Amino acid sequence: MKKDNSQLIMTLLKGRTFIVLILLIIFFSFASPSFLSLNTLTMVAKHVALYGILALGMTFVIITGGIDLSVGSVVGLVGMLAGGLIQEGLTIGAKTYYFTVPAIVVLMLCIGCLIGLVNGLIITKLNVAAFITTLGTMYICRGLANLRSNGATFAAIGGYEGLGNVGLKALGADFMGIPAGVYVFAILSIIAAVLLNRTPTGWHILAVGGNEKSAKLSGIKADQVKIMTYVISGFCAAWIGLINTAQLSAAHPASGDGWEMNAIAATVLGGTSMSGGSGTIIGTIVGAFVIGVINDGMTMCGVSEFWQKIIRGAVIILAVVIDQTQRNLQAKMALQARNESK
Amino acid sequence: MFDDPNVVLHCEKIDKIYPGTKALDQVSFDLLKAKVNVLIGENGAGKSTLMKMIAGIEQPSAGKMYMDGQEVYFKDTNAARARGIGIIHQELSLFPNLTVYQNIFMNHEKTNMGFLDDKQHVDGAIKILKRLEHEIPPDTMVGDLRVGQQQMVEIARNLVDNDLRVLIMDEPTSSLSAAEVKVLFKIMRELLEQGISIVYISHRLEEIMEIGDHVTILRDGKYVADADIKDITLEWIVENMVGKNTQYHRFTRSIDLDHAEKILEVKNLSLPKTGGGWLLDNVNMYLKKGEVLGIYGLLGAGRSEVFECLMGMRPEHSGEVDYNGKPMKIGSIADQLNAGFAIVPEDRQRQGLVQSLDICKNASLASLEDFATLSLMNYAAEEKAVDAEIQELHIKVADKHLPILSLSGGNQQKVVIAKGLMTKPTVLLMDEPSRGIDIGAKTEVFEIIHKFSEKGLSIIVISSELKEIMAIADRIYVLSNGKCTAELSGSEITEDNLVRASYAGLGTGKNHAA
Repeated sequence: MKKDNSQLIMTLLKGRTFIVLILLIIFFSFASPSFLSLNTLTMVAKHVALYGILALGMTFVIITGGIDLSVGSVVGLVGMLAGGLIQEGLTIGAKTYYFTVPAIVVLMLCIGCLIGLVNGLIITKLNVAAFITTLGTMYICRGLANLRSNGATFAAIGGYEGLGNVGLKALGADFMGIPAGVYVFAILSIIAAVLLNRTPTGWHILAVGGNEKSAKLSGIKADQVKIMTYVISGFCAAWIGLINTAQLSAAHPASGDGWEMNAIAATVLGGTSMSGGSGTIIGTIVGAFVIGVINDGMTMCGVSEFWQKIIRGAVIILAVVIDQTQRNLQAKMALQARNESK
Repeated sequence: MFDDPNVVLHCEKIDKIYPGTKALDQVSFDLLKAKVNVLIGENGAGKSTLMKMIAGIEQPSAGKMYMDGQEVYFKDTNAARARGIGIIHQELSLFPNLTVYQNIFMNHEKTNMGFLDDKQHVDGAIKILKRLEHEIPPDTMVGDLRVGQQQMVEIARNLVDNDLRVLIMDEPTSSLSAAEVKVLFKIMRELLEQGISIVYISHRLEEIMEIGDHVTILRDGKYVADADIKDITLEWIVENMVGKNTQYHRFTRSIDLDHAEKILEVKNLSLPKTGGGWLLDNVNMYLKKGEVLGIYGLLGAGRSEVFECLMGMRPEHSGEVDYNGKPMKIGSIADQLNAGFAIVPEDRQRQGLVQSLDICKNASLASLEDFATLSLMNYAAEEKAVDAEIQELHIKVADKHLPILSLSGGNQQKVVIAKGLMTKPTVLLMDEPSRGIDIGAKTEVFEIIHKFSEKGLSIIVISSELKEIMAIADRIYVLSNGKCTAELSGSEITEDNLVRASYAGLGTGKNHAA
């Protein structure tokens, strides 16, 4: 009898983020009648895609026991580099070259990967703590973003027909009523889920996070695995740099400031353990929706920005407390089962 | 060039040098084909180190290895695995956060067009586990398994590929029950029939006599002897393991211990192990005033755990403790220090010292409150007390405000002892006080132990060095597998008695008689 009870509690705890999401949606649809409209939901989805894609990369990093604080700044830097390339081109000597939009997208994604690679190399080869390394690259990338334009905004990111670089705005447009960013989020989510669950690489990521020493003894190249997760995170951040710039129709050097925190929050809400070893993509997606619904829902209800911050902070702490409770309960149940079998 | 069809792998004069110690010294070793090759030696003899070389986990500092008449060099575990060498580690190297089948196939994944083929994994896992007579559902989380089951998963991992030629088993039975050991031996015999060679490291001498074919003995990183099991006896093994050299001066006691009062008595001390079994299993012991009590045992016998219980680091223990004739409730570490217990921990660097503090602060750390008036430090009093201790223990210190790491290992250890003594303890617990220090410093540490015991301090010393514990202890308890297997004093303290008792708890598995 008692066992059935605790099993029910376990199931509820495991699905808690999803339950919270449903409750939030119900709550906000009563609190603000316009919340459950197509327009609002499209807006929420658009915002969720921004945190969500960052959180996908963050999930891999956190599963290996790391953290990537640089993603917000990478969003800003990539936006500025892309905006600059469209508006001013690349001047080498006396000549100025303009690139097509697909070329710019590929180039920016490469830059995101490169920053991730640098993070990963410093963390694994120079043995610097991930928190410190990515804190450093966070400042560096933000500085570079400002340097690119001396702090000014690139407003003409629409491109010029004559130069053949029109089209970036498509990433901020809607297709069949759904923002482009949401499509990117959906596609990247599927790729991420397949990578984590259906490939040897995914197992290796979980193994390194669960027990690095054992992973090495199993012949897994733990350093390479870790570096790869930072590259994935940089890649995701570069997408947000492009999408955000397209949505705003302008590249601003302060873009993405503090977004790494939303990404971490979504990841943790989604059940990824900060100590590494466990986490799911679907959890992260739900976590991103919770963050997005709280943010937009509170704004629609007229909750002040200051209160929003306080509530967001409380939700994150509560999530981790519940997570810990679940772990303790699980351990208790395992012990109980053992004693019964004895 | 080395070529012998009966030898699957030959090690030629292997050296392994770690900073400060030589773990292996010119060791040559033949791994016989389709035999159980047993490696024996005391803790730190170099058995595991030699196996790490063969499995590619570490690389020799000097020396060569040959397989099939060719020289081989294993730069990592993958290189050794490619040659068909698998290892079951002494400490479980599993992933508690993953399922049984994920653990079994980790880094040997079966894929279909680049994607994991979980059906193959699950079917394969079921097949292997059936062979091991442990039909654990393959999607169980490994963290939820009992330790014995985890050990089976560890073994299963090595049976995944069919190219296995050598299987190294480093104390595989240390966490198995008697029934599980039986299954393991059956598997081992099957493997031998398939032509697979086994290296078997174990402390359980009876098991070795049962399953082993050929035994090699190491001591202090050197080769001592090897022989076929059928030609030898247990006595021969013990004699070669322990050796006959180095004797320590035995101290004469002036205290009449027969009439001394019991200061500490521990009754039915038990400590559960996470994952099943017991770290301590109904241990009874007592300590008299002014006595030097030894606790001897193999690694993992439960020696340090006794201290951890007494110091309040293991609140999950059960049993009674009488202190000064009165029942004592064990509280926090600070409570135990105040009650008159002090500990010199086993791991000097991690538990004994704070590297960022200077010599003086390290010594006074546990007794700072004695030098404070209204919570403000009286540095003059502190320094005076530290100076007195430095003189008392003959610590060689140029300036007590130098970094602690500027001292030699022996003097660092004396600072840790000084820290313990400065709390003015009634009972001093010393865990491997002579580990990692040179022979001169060892003798000095023993003199300190003797001197303070003569002054009436009661001391418990843990040691895994036979000669040392025989030299300093008035009385010795032997722990084996969490049980107290012998209490020896006077003429009963012999190498043979100690070694036999240290294996005595192992034979029957770990079923706890409640």
